[in-house]
Formats: sequence, structure tokens, C-alpha cells
Amino acid sequence: MTAALRAQGLGKRYGRLWALTDCTLDVPAGRVVGLVGPNGAGKTTLLNLAVGMLTPTSGTIEVLGGRPAASPEQLAKVGYVAQDSPTYAGLSVEDHLQFGARLNPGWDDALARGRIRRLGLDLSRRAGKLSGGQRAQLALTLGVAKRPELLLLDEPVASLDPLARREFLQDLMEAVAEHELSVVLSSHLVSDLERVCDYLVVLVDARVQLGGDIDTLLATHHRLTGPRRDPARLPADQHVISASHTDRQSTFLVRTEAPIIDPAWTVGQIGLEDLVLAYMSQTAANRDSGHGSHTDDRPTLEVQR
Amino acid sequence: MIWLTWRQSRGGVLTMAALLAVLAVILGVTGPSLAHDYSAGLAACGSGGDCSAFLEQFFDDNFAPFLAVTAVMLVLPALIGVFWGAPLIARELEAGTHRLVWNQSITRTRWLAVKLGLTALAAMTVAGLGSLAVTWWASPIDSAADFPRMEPLSFAARGIVPVGYTVFAFALGVTVGMLVRHTLPAMAITLAVFVAVQIAVPLMVRPHLLPPTRSTIEITESNVSRFIRANDDLLVEANVASADAWVLSSHIRDASGHAVAVISMPSTSGPCASPPPDAEEHADPGDDPYVAACLAEIQRLGYRQQTTYHPSSRFWPFQWYEAGIYTALALGLAGFSAWRIRRLPA
Amino acid sequence: MIEFHLDDRTGLSPYLQLVRQVRQALRLGLLRQGDQLPTVKEVVAGLAINPNTVLKAYRELEHQGLVAARPGVGTFVTATLADDSFAAHGPLRQQLQRWLDKARKAGLDDESIEALFMTTFRTARQEDIA
Repeated sequence: MTAALRAQGLGKRYGRLWALTDCTLDVPAGRVVGLVGPNGAGKTTLLNLAVGMLTPTSGTIEVLGGRPAASPEQLAKVGYVAQDSPTYAGLSVEDHLQFGARLNPGWDDALARGRIRRLGLDLSRRAGKLSGGQRAQLALTLGVAKRPELLLLDEPVASLDPLARREFLQDLMEAVAEHELSVVLSSHLVSDLERVCDYLVVLVDARVQLGGDIDTLLATHHRLTGPRRDPARLPADQHVISASHTDRQSTFLVRTEAPIIDPAWTVGQIGLEDLVLAYMSQTAANRDSGHGSHTDDRPTLEVQR
Repeated sequence: MIWLTWRQSRGGVLTMAALLAVLAVILGVTGPSLAHDYSAGLAACGSGGDCSAFLEQFFDDNFAPFLAVTAVMLVLPALIGVFWGAPLIARELEAGTHRLVWNQSITRTRWLAVKLGLTALAAMTVAGLGSLAVTWWASPIDSAADFPRMEPLSFAARGIVPVGYTVFAFALGVTVGMLVRHTLPAMAITLAVFVAVQIAVPLMVRPHLLPPTRSTIEITESNVSRFIRANDDLLVEANVASADAWVLSSHIRDASGHAVAVISMPSTSGPCASPPPDAEEHADPGDDPYVAACLAEIQRLGYRQQTTYHPSSRFWPFQWYEAGIYTALALGLAGFSAWRIRRLPA
Repeated sequence: MIEFHLDDRTGLSPYLQLVRQVRQALRLGLLRQGDQLPTVKEVVAGLAINPNTVLKAYRELEHQGLVAARPGVGTFVTATLADDSFAAHGPLRQQLQRWLDKARKAGLDDESIEALFMTTFRTARQEDIA
């Protein structure tokens, strides 16, 4: 199956600032991918590169096997809902549907109208007069009804109230179930993504810190609690992501494929949010202390394929 | 994409169409009577011989409407550039809707080509129809006017150059809007640049579209138009061969070819002495015998008037050249925009 | 038709929660043989979860021999869990009632009864695993 998104050493620079560097990803199709990271980490940059709104400064990116925005066929395969769900304030909902129908050969009008009807949007209402949630739903309708293979969404629920957020995600998941859509969804809140994503990419400081299947990530990361120990004395196949110590106790977050057999440890699961935070704070620690290998942690930050 | 272009520019196009319709009605209603007045008046005075009095009167009577339609034609390209051109791309970038439309199944180049092409066509149509109507309506007044057709203000408001100006102003607006990315500043900058170009071209470019005619003539009592004595200095000027030529420069040159502003001749004695206080006053210096005598002496000393001008027969060639230049500039700007739009950052 | 819900605080992964809810429903007789489970589309539209989660849960139930997927139609219940243990519910409930009376007579309040029950239950479960 063609990868949804394949990037090799991808980078984008503005002046002297690298908004994204050394990004290597191989995201499979048929997934709902969560792209998570703090504001300014490079999420929007990565998405813009994927749809061809930006051109790379270095490296390559391939989406569904093609170069972004290279041709109308490529544009038809990829749907994009940018941050703040842009719509034409002066055009009505009906106008937007016409817009979609005329600019996309693959437009599914029945799907679009069905969604609009179910959402209860007034066709004659101007988009500028809709609420934030309704605009997001309209933008999502435009993205889904052109029947893309991959849908990219930049912080789609950031400005929505909890009810609108839930309804948006319900609709999105329904579309994924019905049309076998691949989705890449970015957010700076992990809790938004936990329910809906099955693949995670963590971006911090313009770099990919973590990327992989969520089930695998949760299965291979463990929280070890036990008597105080120097991390250098942990087995080689256990990569220490974070460590904290009191005078008597040590707590480690490790990544390992092998089972933990040392009886001294209490092994616990870690939730997705804590996992992401651990990677994000490790980056901060590395950043603050220089490219940290003079700390107790062995340099174990690994960019996963 | 055609539908979208129409839907987005609907407001502006309809407004312009309405204004054009109003103009057309006004011109259509008043035009025939204007033409009739003119031809009737000409017929009346033609049998007598000298129509200059009638022509002057006719022009004065219709000066205000003449000014009005000329102003409309001068302003029209600027309006199109500022209100149709500048917002074309700038508004999309400002509102962020480019992130919506550039992700539909249409490439940026095609999007721009259709949007730019259709709107430019509409602009050219508006300018063409307007100019046609105004040129037709104003032809009696233009004929009665005492200044040449190629005078900058009237040249720019007749014939086909307004179409060239319009399409250039439009392309300029689009390009500025794309580079500046915000509508209001783009409108202001477009206006400023367009006005600057419109001032520069008649001063620096138009005179050189064809090599001007240079003629050196003697000043005689039949062509003298000004003769002013100020102590020992004489200010003399003669009419150029054809009254409605576009004069670029005109000076007196002495026998050795140097240009002089005034001719120095003693005023107390000699052929150019001041006439006695009781001499008859003449409105036309050509009728004054004292002037005639002085002119003869000036000629003998080798003074000639050198005039650089374009004859009025060059009106249409200049119209075509200038319209061509502006259109080429517009195409260049459009090409640049099409190239640049593909590299525009998000 | 069963309706699913998710509890973010149980610490159980979503697909296991779905499996457990189906098993519970089977045990209580709310789902019977031949009943259709909600379609993947219906579940995700209600819960806003990843369709793969639902697919995984249904696959697990199929693996446990409780349901079968009919392509193009849906997923149907093929077995029940209720039968044998259902009969034991009655006497067990009575025994529990008597135990509760005894505990109250011994002076335990509600909290103590619950704590006693939960710790004993957990210890027994751990011993089962070990």
C-alpha cells in the first residue's frame, strides 16, 4: 500500500530560522495520524509542505506517492482544512457547495448536501455569519466531499467549544469509517487526539521526536519504579526516555521491545499524554543543557522511522 | 473556475456596468443635439467665412461637459486598477482563503490565468466601450477646441489608449496586490505608481515615440503671434505651421545657432525703436507697421524660430504605439505574476 | 441493540472496554444469539473514536468465538455467555445478602464493607493470575 506520507530529510527555512529540520517520516495509509507538538514546533509547516503550499528548502516529501500540488490529480487526492477553517465570508453555504462541485471533478454532491442537511446548516446563510463550529464543519464538508484519499487538518478543533469539538470528531470518524480515508490531524493538545488517532508523530523544536503506531508505542514504553539506581546500570536494550530520583527511589520511563524481568521494578503503563510530555520535556532538557550527554541519561533520543 | 471568478467579482462588475450604463444614457441623450448644434452653427458661419468666433463660443458653452467626460476617461483606468486589480489576489491572501481555493483540484497557475484573464477582458471591454462613447460624443467639441488633439490630457482621454492604460493599471494592481498581500496598502501603492507612470509617459516617453519634426522659420508679420518690448529686450514668437500640432519646444536661435530667450535690440533708435506714444495700437502684432519693420531687421540679423513638434497627423500612430507599449507592460506584469504565484509562501 | 460508552478513567484501552461491554451484555442476556452489533460507522459516529479500535474489538470478540462478521451485512452474535452462570445468580445473590447482614451486625459501615470486599476481590484476582 502506498504510504500516506513519506518524508526524507525534509526541512524548511525562513531566513535564518529553520521551521522544520531533518524530518524523516514514513506514515502508512489507512490511519488516523495525530501530529502533536507545542505551538511553533513545525506542525503547520509540515502540513503546508504536504499539500504543496510551501516548497521544501531541503529534503523531499511524497504524499500518496506523488509530489504535493504537482497536478490536478494530486490535488484531488489530498484534502486540506487549514487552521481557522478558511471560508469565503461573503459566499453562502450553497455557494461553497457550488464552489466545491465546480473545482473538483471528484465531488460527491449527495454526500456534501447530506452532511449539510444533517448539520442543520442554512444553505442561504453567508459563511461569515456562521459560528466557529459551523464554519469548521463547512470546511470539513468541503474537504471530505471532494473524496480525497488523504485528509489533512490543521488544529481543526482548537477554537471550538467542547460540544462542537465532539461533534466534529464524530463526523470525522464517521467519514473515515465510511470512505476509508487516511487522516492527519494536528493539535497541541494530546487529549484531543487520544480517542481518534492510531498513529502518532511528535514534533518539538522543528524536529520529529517520536513517530509510530500508538498501540506499539504504548506497549513498548514502560514506567519503572523501584529503589534508587543509576540509569547507566539498566540493560542496554532499555532506552531511558526520562528519569527522576528521590534519595531512595528512582522512576524511569523506558522504551524496550523485551519484557522487563528484573523483579526490583514495579512496571506500570503510561498514558499517551504522559508519554508525549516525557518526550517533550526531554527535548527541553537537552536544549537547555546543550546536546545533553553529560547528564546521567545516556543519549537515547531516537528519531523513529 | 469561470463561475467562481464571476461570483467573486460580481459586485464590482455590476457596479461598473451600472456606471457605464448611466454614462451611456447621458451621452446618448445629449450627443445628437450636440452634433446638430455644431453642424448647424458651422453651416451658418461657413457661408460667411470666418468661423472662429462660433467655434470659440461653442467650445466655451460646452467646456464643463467636455471636462467632465475627459475626467471620467482619465480616472477610469485608475479605478479599475485600484478596485479590480489590487484586491484580486490581495484579498484572498489577506483573508486566508487562498488556503481553501489552492487546495481544490485546480493548480495555482490555472486559477490565476482564469481569474486574471476574464477580469482583464471585462476591464478592456469597459474601457473600450467608454472610450468609444466618449470619443463619439465629444467629437464636435474636440473639433471646436483651440488646443491640439495631442495635448496630454485630451490624448489620454480619447481613442484606444484608455484601453491600454486600463489593462496596464489592472495588471499593475494584481501584481502589487500579490506582492504586498494586503488590500488597502496595495490599492494605495497601485494608485501612486499608476499616477507616476501617467505623469512620466507624456513627459518622457510619448515625445520620442517618433522622431519629432524640427522646423526653422523666419518670423514675419504673417506668422508673428507675440511681440513684446521690455526696454532693450524683445520677446517674439511665431505660430508654428499647423495650429493643432503638439509643440514640444520652441525657441529663437541667433545666426550662430544659439538659443536665446529674448532678442536684444536698442529701443531708442534703429528699426526696433519703440514707436511714438501716439502710434496706433494693434491687437494682432502682424498688423503693426512698426513691428513689421523690426521683424525685417531681426530676419536680416539671422534670427530664426526653431520649433520641435509632432504634427496632428501623428495622433493615431501615437495612439497605437502607446496602447501597444502599455499592453506589453501589462502582459509582462501578468507573466511575472503567473511565475511568482507558484512560489508564494503559505 | 447495544449502545457503547467509554470511560476515560478506567485505564483500560478503548477496544478492551468495548469487548468487555459486549461480554457484559451477553452475560446479562441483553444481547442474544442472532442480534446484530452496531456497525463500525454507528459506533464511531457516536463515540468519536478510531474505526480501527472498533474493528479490533469486533475481531477480538470473533476470536473469542462470540460473534461472526458477515461481509456487507454486519457483525452478529453467535454464542452466549449467560447460560451456565445465569442459573447460579439467584443463590449467589441470596448468599451475598446474608453476608451483608452479618457484616452490618458486626458493626461495619458502608465504606468498610466496600473496602473489605474490594481488597479481598483484588487479592483473589491476583492470586488467580499468579
